[in-house]
Amino acid sequence: MPVALIIGAYSDIALATAYALAKKGVNLQLAARDINRLQQTSSDLAIRYDITVDLIELDILDSDYFGDFINNLSPLPDIAICTVGMLGEQTADQKNLYEAVKIIRTNFEGPATILGELTNAFCERGSGTIVGISSVAGERGRAANYIYGSAKAGMTTYLSGLRNRCFKHNVHVTTILLGFVDTKMTAGLDLPKILTAKPKSVARVIVRSLERKSDVIYIKRIWAFIMWIVKHLPERIFKLLNF
Amino acid sequence: MKLSGWGRFPMIEASLESPRSEAEIKTKLSTGTIIARGNGRAYGDSAIGRDKTIDMRNFNHMLAFNQHDGILEVEAGVLLSEIIDTFLPRGWFPFVTPGTKFVTIGGMIASDVHGKNHHKEGSMRSCVNWIDLLNPNGEILRLSATQNAELFDWTMGGMGLTGVILRAQIRLKQVSTGWIKQKTIVANNLDEIINQFEINQSATYSVAWIDYLATGKSLGRSLLMLGEHADQAHLPKSLLEDQYCQNRTTRYYMSFVPPFKVLNKTTVNAFNALYFWAGKRTTGTKFIQWNKYFYPLDSFDKWNRLYGRNGFAQFQCVLPLKSSKYGLKRLLEKTGEARQGPFLAVLKRLGPQSGKFSFPMEGYTLAFDFPVTAATLDLMKKLDEITIEYGGRFYLAKDSRMSKKIFEESDSRVVDFRNMRQETATKKHFVSHQSDRLGL
Repeated sequence: MPVALIIGAYSDIALATAYALAKKGVNLQLAARDINRLQQTSSDLAIRYDITVDLIELDILDSDYFGDFINNLSPLPDIAICTVGMLGEQTADQKNLYEAVKIIRTNFEGPATILGELTNAFCERGSGTIVGISSVAGERGRAANYIYGSAKAGMTTYLSGLRNRCFKHNVHVTTILLGFVDTKMTAGLDLPKILTAKPKSVARVIVRSLERKSDVIYIKRIWAFIMWIVKHLPERIFKLLNF
Repeated sequence: MKLSGWGRFPMIEASLESPRSEAEIKTKLSTGTIIARGNGRAYGDSAIGRDKTIDMRNFNHMLAFNQHDGILEVEAGVLLSEIIDTFLPRGWFPFVTPGTKFVTIGGMIASDVHGKNHHKEGSMRSCVNWIDLLNPNGEILRLSATQNAELFDWTMGGMGLTGVILRAQIRLKQVSTGWIKQKTIVANNLDEIINQFEINQSATYSVAWIDYLATGKSLGRSLLMLGEHADQAHLPKSLLEDQYCQNRTTRYYMSFVPPFKVLNKTTVNAFNALYFWAGKRTTGTKFIQWNKYFYPLDSFDKWNRLYGRNGFAQFQCVLPLKSSKYGLKRLLEKTGEARQGPFLAVLKRLGPQSGKFSFPMEGYTLAFDFPVTAATLDLMKKLDEITIEYGGRFYLAKDSRMSKKIFEESDSRVVDFRNMRQETATKKHFVSHQSDRLGL
């Protein structure tokens, strides 16, 4: 059975994805900063689905450790999914250098570089699938979330480059573009229901994208339409808008 | 938000919180009274808090399983259906199961549920090794027959009033198939059905459907259904292909609340007649799948909506063995006279009492489902009185409307329970609408 590594495993999307993969008999490596919070989940997955689950500590901001992290993976997984993300608070963070840097590093630098390292290992082996989670917020900078958005833009571009590079090495890269998702990260925000996905449906799409080897997927197709319009508004008009 | 139990009566404005960690539950403890809620399958107001209701469904992890002896450790919010889905294909089945599989382990413990095997294998208590309970001080105590034994006794059947049940270790039963060998026996009256229950005490599972429309000489006419786990060696080849019955579940879904009662007097009476007629035609022995034997109603999701907007109430009492026959006769006569058409009328022989506050006692338990109307509420009051007259008592997991006075008269153990609640300070912290109503 294949092995999937999930980075940022305590997130709601990661948990839902772990269950969806476990149901298919995929063995799991769950990486998170605080693995104690995942003990119950790991025993639950292992018991219910009769699979093996490894918990591995990983701080996405500690890139010095990435090399060891990958060398210690046993085995090197067939699939690597990174769900790490941090929304922050735009209005506060734009005046706080430290927080702004943290958001950019957590959403771009950390995920991009670890997936880059994993891709190198996959290319060397000659097989593997990378799934990176990015966001529609990266498609155009808005006053309301441009720190988060620009980091996600970087992530989307990075994944696109990886995909282009690895195609000939039999390593596939999928970009998942999220709109609103009903998770711990967005708890307390008033999200429009029709645009908001549940973690479970995100997980379903991720699993399906693995089966189909999809390239770029919008979660909730309506976002592809919305973002097409947003992207094509002339800047002269766009800058006047308040959203 | 409005909360109710499975009976959709009463509907109560409540504040429901869904903590994700034990630490979060502890912080709720200091902000007012709480009551834990599982999957909301108790019929009445047992799991609706006066101040806060704690939804335990985030605590749904299986923590450890020993595949040699079938010992399973789970968090309180794990559903029985999940346990069956996970372990039946590996040859394990719950030791004790109520009439629905959509209950949480925490709820099963709090109600000390019983199943069709109570006369032989006892209630939930008999398969619980230990419980982890959050007490009013925010400490987690391990309870078992040897450790904190008295609190263990109060917690089994204590309706969540001794603290928040967090985890438990339970024993599963080894089975070699998912099929039940069912034998159906027709009993023409009350004497016959009681006689049949008594002579079939060695059957693992037994339950009877009563045709409550039968009167006079036929009063108590019923179908007794006995069941045994079918052994792999005795299973017909055609059934062996689906050894654990995994491919045979069709589910229906009641997607709305009808503006009128689909289950009204006429339809229910017709159903009852049809059911009895169909049952009579298929007496004898046959193999049926576990889902149909144990959970016939589970295949119809949200069937409770069929009773319409006013909901329904279940009356369930147990009568001591020696007065069962006369008591049951009176209860059936009264129900027949009232012509209020219970949808379900179920009779079951129970074994001896085991816990300090659990419902079962050696004797017969009778259950009726009624749509909630002024007439049925009134009828149930009369049934309450008959129950007390014959020394019986009531099942709190089903209760939604009993008066404090009736409750006190029915159960002398109430005094000790109240004392325990004072002494352990649980009365100040764990309060449901039911405990308020009954003065627990």
